[in-house]
Amino acid sequence: MKLDARIPEGPIQDKWTKHKFDINLINPANKRKYKIIVVGTGLAGASASATLSELGYQVETITFHDSSRRAHSIAAQGGINSAKNYPNDGDSVWRLFYDTVKGGDFRSREANVYRLAQVSVNIIDQATAQGVPFAREYGGNLANRSFGGAQVSRTFYARGQTGQQLLLGAYQALAKEVESGGVKLRTRKEMMDIIVVDGKARGVVTRDLVTGELETHLADSVVLATGGYGNVFYLSTNAQACNVTATYRAYKKGAFFANPCYTQIHPTCIPVSGEYQSKLTLMSESLRNDGRIWVPKAKGDKRKPSEIPENERDYYLERKYPSFGNLSPRDISSRSAKEACDDGRGVGATGYGVYLDFKDAIARLGKDTIAERYGNLFEMYERITGDNPYETPMMIYPASHYTMGGLWVDYNLMSTLEGLHVIGEANFSDHGANRLGASALMQGLADGYFVLPYTIGNYLAKAELKKIDADTPECKATVKEVEDKINKLINVNGTKTPSYFHRKLGKLMWDKVGMARNEAGLKYALEEIPKIREEFWKDVKIVGTGAEYNISLEKASRVADFLEFAEIMAYDALDRDESAGAHFREEHQTPDGEAKRNDDDYRYVAAWEYKGVGQRPELHKEQLEFENVKLAVRSYK
Amino acid sequence: MNLKLHIWRQKNNKTNGAFEQYAVSDISEDMSFLEMLDVLNEDLIVEGKDPVAFDHDCREGICGSCSMTINGNPHGPEKATTACQLHMRKFKDGQEIYIEPFRNNSFPVIRDLVVDRSALDRIIQSGGYISIKTGSAPDANDIPVPKSKADVAMDAAACIGCGACVAACPNGAAMLFTSAKLKHLNVLPQGQAEKKKRTIAMVEQMDKEGFGSCTNHYECEAACPKSISVEFISEMNFEYAKARATAYRD
Ligand SMILES: Cc1cc2nc3c(=O)[nH]c(=O)nc-3n(C[C@H](O)[C@H](O)[C@H](O)COP(=O)(O)OP(=O)(O)OC[C@H]3O[C@@H](n4cnc5c(N)ncnc54)[C@H](O)[C@@H]3O)c2cc1C
Ligand code: SF4
Ligand code: FES
Repeated sequence: MKLDARIPEGPIQDKWTKHKFDINLINPANKRKYKIIVVGTGLAGASASATLSELGYQVETITFHDSSRRAHSIAAQGGINSAKNYPNDGDSVWRLFYDTVKGGDFRSREANVYRLAQVSVNIIDQATAQGVPFAREYGGNLANRSFGGAQVSRTFYARGQTGQQLLLGAYQALAKEVESGGVKLRTRKEMMDIIVVDGKARGVVTRDLVTGELETHLADSVVLATGGYGNVFYLSTNAQACNVTATYRAYKKGAFFANPCYTQIHPTCIPVSGEYQSKLTLMSESLRNDGRIWVPKAKGDKRKPSEIPENERDYYLERKYPSFGNLSPRDISSRSAKEACDDGRGVGATGYGVYLDFKDAIARLGKDTIAERYGNLFEMYERITGDNPYETPMMIYPASHYTMGGLWVDYNLMSTLEGLHVIGEANFSDHGANRLGASALMQGLADGYFVLPYTIGNYLAKAELKKIDADTPECKATVKEVEDKINKLINVNGTKTPSYFHRKLGKLMWDKVGMARNEAGLKYALEEIPKIREEFWKDVKIVGTGAEYNISLEKASRVADFLEFAEIMAYDALDRDESAGAHFREEHQTPDGEAKRNDDDYRYVAAWEYKGVGQRPELHKEQLEFENVKLAVRSYK
Repeated sequence: MNLKLHIWRQKNNKTNGAFEQYAVSDISEDMSFLEMLDVLNEDLIVEGKDPVAFDHDCREGICGSCSMTINGNPHGPEKATTACQLHMRKFKDGQEIYIEPFRNNSFPVIRDLVVDRSALDRIIQSGGYISIKTGSAPDANDIPVPKSKADVAMDAAACIGCGACVAACPNGAAMLFTSAKLKHLNVLPQGQAEKKKRTIAMVEQMDKEGFGSCTNHYECEAACPKSISVEFISEMNFEYAKARATAYRD
């Protein structure tokens, strides 16, 4: 199969406008004849559901949460980018486009990124009109800040709760459509599989998490807005329930998985404190503006930080990257922390932590100024760790945070499985090999409010869809598959908990397919993953039945998919014999330890096709063309 | 540390529940309260016993999923802290801890500590929004909002929809939750057009869901993990009376 990204012709500035004109429209009176299923109520799913319903489609929206307001998007803190150029500091659609392509280390599709930058402007208008309480200047206009090393101030924010406020905006828009009857909202239902009829996605099978009942939901098109797979590492900044099941099951049904090896590690998280640890909490990156990062020079130095004299400390980022210092990009500062700890110089109980020290900043600026800037964060840190960062340095360590990879989609956001559209973090689209800070919220809402609602019409207008119902053989067969899988899980009746296997997989992935990768490690992972999977299917223990609220079953079902999915991640990382953005192959680095791309051989999107469990998936390549942004080397020296 | 737990166990909403006793040992003070329950659950699963069901997701105090009453306090004893952000160093070795679901007639128990809080969503669906269709918004800076108003809107919008206020209230009122959303939208210029309609609809939906009324105990504010202010409640009552009294004009 040849991948066709369906990128419209013409100059990049005109592609989207022209495409909107060229695509088939559905007459407003006919829209209500079409039904669309949306899985997920994060920024992407909620905004898409509300907008599709406003347009007149019948929408059925499904989430495993108890309320559509709880999706993981709620946790985003920092902000959302937009090319509004309100601060008049030279931002533009072109600059946001350029920064995103470059930030993604030239591994994203220009046309998609340009469109993202274009509609970023509309998102802020939309959210503001909904009542999202963005930060304001005294004059009443919206405030901006610079974020993640951008040279312009293009980030809009609502205190430290930007994701929450944008999600509540979308949630409220969705509530309005539920009230009007346009959206049927189904909560506490987990999508277990996709129903494919005549090669087209026509519905999903869900498990009701309260009663255990398996249900068939049918439609003319299915939209997945199910988020990322960062929890493949077990520990991450993601919410507990984030998982790969929806996208992975779609992959098994014919949707290609693109660039699964592009996973982002965030440098400033609270380190692991013990085996029981369930998640890693993100501390805002802004802390690096005033905090200095260091480890002891000597290996295994167990003295308290206050007892380590200045000349026995290694401020390694300042030493290695004198011009960016503590503000070096996410991937560089993450890897440097890992190097120091692997070298035996890490701090804290586990030896996997580095100090982020505010002593000098407090001496220079005074405690009050520091409290004003970071008071909330210091409080949160103390609540979790019991340490007071005004008195002793914070400890931080990198953690899995975001996944750039996802289901492959064309310009219309449709996957290789016809009729299946994928939006938000679940698709692979716009961030290339590395996502810039404050751009995930932007992409989720761009897809949901402004892109998909148009492009899906193009599919529906042309698709020939036969009438189906729950008794159609393909529907019954899919329900049966799901049922068999659940029974198989329950019947293992082994001795170890689902979390045991998740933790074991996570450790392996973190060590070998994490921040820094090499050929030997990846090959090792490819040998070990199947072993853990095999052990899982022999020894996992689930308590209770499928016909009840069953948390061990839920968890086991998700872990089972991670155990298969992890393999494609390793295959992809092995195939990509270059370093690009967040994918760092130790074999390919500059003398300063920076990622070294190989544009001649790897300037492609890797889209993987399912070939059976434990089989090597088949690689399909979408060549990337850079006509507007010149290929260049990233440098932060 | 070692602890004695009394946990509410209930199979579903058709059966009765009861407290059961569990002992957990070697609990680290760096664990969160939910991680302590994870440890218990891991042991229960290995023993072939049903793990304790509880709602949780973000584990950083923002999603509003976690919902349990700990020694009589919704979200536990720590001020302005959700159960997931509560750490074991706040407890003492050998302590007995009672853990039960958020109690309210409008929050039926689903299983163990999991309750159905969809009544809160229905209050939002009745009018807790600004009806603006995608694509029809004016430029964001066309409507200046005084910083003071934007700040109050944000204070109110910080509500995470957890329902602790309801569980804490002797009358089972959902007024802190409802008034916070009303304040968020009613204080903004964008929210003015629907202000009356929204206020009437949400207050009446709250009553329809069977929540009680406020008699000024202020337990809600004390339990609220986001310190939402009870001042919003008096304002809601005032706005509701005003909207009702002038409804004939519309
Ligand atoms: C701590 C943290 C901070 C962040 N801060 C920022 C920031 O400042 N700026 C920024 O731009 N980005 C940030 N991000 C990234 C950003 O929040 C996410 O990428 C984005 O919100 C994802 O949105 P989404 O709609 O794609 O998916 P999600 O919000 O993850 O929603 C997924 C939805 O799918 C549902 N779902 C999934 N699987 C199933 C299934 N099988 N059946 C039924 N339902 C299912 C879930 O219930 C949920 O409703 C941050 C991320 C984290 C972890
Ligand atoms: S007002 Fe406070 S206690 Fe009530 S739902 Fe909101 S956050 Fe929870
Ligand atoms: S788990 Fe999200 S607020 Fe507690």
